[in-house]
Amino acid sequence: MRLTVIVATLAALVWGVAQAAGPSLRVEVEIPRLRVAEYHPPYVAFWIEGEGHAVAANLAVWYEIDHHGGEGEKWLKDLRQWWRRSGRGLDMPVDGVAGATRRPGRHTLTFDSGDGALSGLAPGDYRLVVEAAREVGGREVRRLDFHWPPRDAHTLETRGEDELGEIKLHLVP
Amino acid sequence: MVSGGKRSDMKRYANAFPLKAALVLALMLAVPGLAEAHRFWLLPSSTVLSGDGDWITVDAARSNDMFYFNHNAMGLNGLRVKTPDGGGAEPANRFTGELRSVFDLRIEQQGTYKIAVVDDGLFARYRIDGEHRRWFGTADEFATDIPDDAEELRASERINRAETFVTAGAPTREVFEPTGRGLELVPETHPNDLYAGETARFRLLVDGEPAAGVDVTVVPGGARYRDDPGTMKFVTDDEGMVELTWPHAGMYWLEAGVSDDRVSSEYAAQRRLTYVATLEVLPL
Repeated sequence: MRLTVIVATLAALVWGVAQAAGPSLRVEVEIPRLRVAEYHPPYVAFWIEGEGHAVAANLAVWYEIDHHGGEGEKWLKDLRQWWRRSGRGLDMPVDGVAGATRRPGRHTLTFDSGDGALSGLAPGDYRLVVEAAREVGGREVRRLDFHWPPRDAHTLETRGEDELGEIKLHLVP
Repeated sequence: MVSGGKRSDMKRYANAFPLKAALVLALMLAVPGLAEAHRFWLLPSSTVLSGDGDWITVDAARSNDMFYFNHNAMGLNGLRVKTPDGGGAEPANRFTGELRSVFDLRIEQQGTYKIAVVDDGLFARYRIDGEHRRWFGTADEFATDIPDDAEELRASERINRAETFVTAGAPTREVFEPTGRGLELVPETHPNDLYAGETARFRLLVDGEPAAGVDVTVVPGGARYRDDPGTMKFVTDDEGMVELTWPHAGMYWLEAGVSDDRVSSEYAAQRRLTYVATLEVLPL
């Protein structure tokens, strides 16, 4: 009995917090495990693209952030799409966007409308873009179309072929 | 082989006319560019950079196949580097070998650099003691270098400009300010923002004014590995503008040429202006 009350209270609390936070999006990305002689974790950029490839929001960029005193920035240009659309105009590392590279496996990024990245996002049609580039490896870009703010909770997904595995975009109104 | 044929033509000329008449005729008819049939070009190791203080290295050569060192080196006397802030930079490790010249450049500023090799002077051909000579130098040198007893002297003014562009961080446009002398290119589409399948617009200027009706040739690199050289031809419109769509990613060679009589030297009746740029097109 007491347990039910606690669970109900917690559920209400979580529901309340979710309501208060407004719409949110969660990106799940799989960095594939590759059987190669020389492996470096890929540089990966996540951003939201509006009309005409304009960058509506930078979500995250994973790179060798402290590699020999900024030397890791030398390879940011290999994220060719991101570099052209946004990166070359930024003074990296940008707080809240720049992060270290991740090892193979599944990684999750969560953003809500209160976050800096999404706070200025006007209602409309967008694309989530995920671009990965790996030293001694290849490059891959994947896109997912979505509407913001979401009308209902749903999940979009795609799959990379080489440098990216499964990519899921969970949208919560 | 080709130049051998030309020489015998010239001999026939000399025999048919008195020297003075032949000289005057030759000056009037001077066809620039004949002696320099080979294309010249710069080849940068990178054109788009991120981070600070990276080095690039640049090759400079003359050859007909893009971009292979199989003829001779391009001289670096006219090498000038313009930095994003409008100043200049000194290249390091200059070297001129048999087939190419090389120099290194540290990209210390954020923005767009212009690397140019400009040869601005007189080109002359003449015969002395029955031997044909070719000469290139400044107008001042012309007066002292060319022997008084030179025969069949033909001189033309020549301004050759070979350029390439390199950008660290966001592209900037300060280096596109033209000098107002010779044939120059002022890009509307930034030369370090070129992508396969997209269209670029460049304006050509002669002495700072839009140059209409100029022939522009664009040749993709990697000629050795295909049968069709892939040469593209364009002509500038009334505003001196040329529009070109890049068929694929890669390094491209662009050349434009103009002949006119707006000479600045008393020794030449004609001048030949050549502009060359090496441009990198990236995949989308």
